[in-house]
Amino acid sequence: MNFPPIHAQSTYSVGNIRALMNEIVACLEKLDRDDEIGMIDLNSLPFSPGEYEALRQTLGQGEVSIRIEAIGPSEIIETHYPGVWWVTHYNVEGDIVADAIEIAWLPQIIRSQPEDVRAGLARLKAQLNDQD
Amino acid sequence: MTAHESLGERLIQQGISRRAFLKFCTAMASMMALPPGSAMAIADALSKTLRPSVIWLSFQECTACTESLTRSYSPTLESLIFEMISLDYHHTLQAAAGFSAEKSREDAMHNAYGKYLLVVDGAIPIKDGGIYSTIAGRTNLDLLQEVAKGAAAIIAVGTCASFGGIPNAKPNPTGAVAVSDIIKDKAIVNISGCPPIPAVITGVLAHYLTFGELPELDDLGRPKSFYGETIHDRCYRRPFYDQGKFAKTFDDEGARNGWCLFELGCKGPTTHNACATTKWNGGTSFPIESGHGCLGCSEPNFWDAGSFYSALSMPAGALKLGTAAAVAGVAVGAAVSVANRAKKQAAQSAHRTATIADLKE
Amino acid sequence: MNEVLLLTWVRSTGLSIATGIFVLGTLWRLIEIYTLGRKPDLSVPRHRAAASGLHTLFRRSLPAPGMFIRASASYLAGYVFHTGLFIVVLLFAPHIMLMQSLTALSWQGLPSQFIDATAVLTLAAMLLVLVDRINNPVKRFLSTFEDYAAWALTFLPLLTGYLASRHLLLSYTTMLALHISSVELLLIFLPFTKLMHAFTLWISRWYNGDINGHKGVPS
Repeated sequence: MNFPPIHAQSTYSVGNIRALMNEIVACLEKLDRDDEIGMIDLNSLPFSPGEYEALRQTLGQGEVSIRIEAIGPSEIIETHYPGVWWVTHYNVEGDIVADAIEIAWLPQIIRSQPEDVRAGLARLKAQLNDQD
Repeated sequence: MTAHESLGERLIQQGISRRAFLKFCTAMASMMALPPGSAMAIADALSKTLRPSVIWLSFQECTACTESLTRSYSPTLESLIFEMISLDYHHTLQAAAGFSAEKSREDAMHNAYGKYLLVVDGAIPIKDGGIYSTIAGRTNLDLLQEVAKGAAAIIAVGTCASFGGIPNAKPNPTGAVAVSDIIKDKAIVNISGCPPIPAVITGVLAHYLTFGELPELDDLGRPKSFYGETIHDRCYRRPFYDQGKFAKTFDDEGARNGWCLFELGCKGPTTHNACATTKWNGGTSFPIESGHGCLGCSEPNFWDAGSFYSALSMPAGALKLGTAAAVAGVAVGAAVSVANRAKKQAAQSAHRTATIADLKE
Repeated sequence: MNEVLLLTWVRSTGLSIATGIFVLGTLWRLIEIYTLGRKPDLSVPRHRAAASGLHTLFRRSLPAPGMFIRASASYLAGYVFHTGLFIVVLLFAPHIMLMQSLTALSWQGLPSQFIDATAVLTLAAMLLVLVDRINNPVKRFLSTFEDYAAWALTFLPLLTGYLASRHLLLSYTTMLALHISSVELLLIFLPFTKLMHAFTLWISRWYNGDINGHKGVPS
């Protein structure tokens, strides 16, 4: 007997996208008015298969796209809506470990961290001393 | 490795940048269901924390809990978890063996008495003095009681340590019980699941290190941030349940369309865990997304709670009284009927016809 | 005993005992009632008795002239809660699963939102008939302990079922266990109380219509 393969329906939306868009609007208004940073954790939302991709399509891609290499890559893109950033952290194996929409002038993770700056400064000084 | 350096110092030694650590803390915050902006605060707190000594005792278990933890995310991010703690005794993972292994446990207990964390996986057999599982010639019961005395807190990893699990399933030949059945005077957090979600184990450790205390627990001792809601409540297939659209077999039209698996025995409605949102294998999917109902593995006695494949509203076992009750019902009915007829006939035969003479009196 | 064990017990042993008593009691009562028998009526029927019996089955579901106005609460709430019970008990998907596992018969269920709304209406109607029973002096005088018990036995499964499905008051697992136990109580007592009318209703109406028709009082 020949059974057709089983594929879960992939286009079904359970209504997450509309709710998310409303939240993003509220966050953007806060950012503009009060300079307040907003964050939406996408890991904790019960997306149906296909809904996540639909959200990506809805938000689209804007002008900025940044890649960080820190124990696996991180991908940060500004969506089609300025101030709405999609921040995805991967591990070295390419699995997503954290996934959030950040509503900010610039996502926190992009800034150089003071501890790293100090460590880098020390390294640079040590290098100069070595050359002397 | 020493237990007396801060995590921050240790990370610098390892050449791990603050940005990489911040990224790790973002993942932690997401796991612990903390406000997503709190990654920075977690990073600050964690980098100042002294790495606590952890003693991991494995009793009646199958090592899947350890497998689950060591498979949590990639080896490199997972190793960050092990950077956060000083794992001084774990008989599956440690290099030491024999007497030197037991000595490392005794040293760790001695050095951090009252401050170390005790992690337990596996149930503890207590029947016949606990002889059914021993390590280095000592019963699990004895070992647990001794190590628990000096622990700051106990983390019971997996359903066996949390609730007795499969060793405790009927007929429970070894008298297996949970950690909380034996230790009554220590803070115990139960991270149930068979196996538990790796992110939950690391999340609870991170919470303890960040805030210096165990997270808020539900009435079964499980952290609310992971076990606060049922699988059913957070399931992406929930709308199908509400619409009454159910898969009837594992390969029918409904199954193909991704409809609700309630009728195939899914225990999602009575199971508290984070699978539906945290998911498994680095966020790939969870059982229901793969087309199989929830087994309810993070609940007590899940092994004895009826078939995995019968719906919650269906009988958990065979209804044995049916035929006997029907036969008895017919028999009682017939007997009462005969008695009633006998009564009727007795009344009829006792009946005397009244005559005019009777009325005259 | 924890809530999972409690739920498992009511789903296995408890359900077994309850359905056992229910089957036993129902067969017992039905056989007892229908073997009582009646004397054959040898007179010539004045009317077509069988037709009158059939007609009475439906006729008695409608209020007698003028009664709807005089006892509108009883009629209205009565209709609502009987229809509501029928819908909630027989057309909710998990209940159909149970029926299927017991009888191998299955049919299409209704969306749970609709069942939810029906349950609320039914609960309200049942509260209304209780209030009416207590407030109305005649009804209060005629009511015995059995009447209130029968009301509670019917009301509790409905209430606990609603609370369980909406996750109110107690955890779903505990509430589901309570729901199933309340249904089991209902099953145990149904054959031995007035609730037996669920089975005897149609035959007794038929009898009444038939006898009256025979005597020349067609319904």
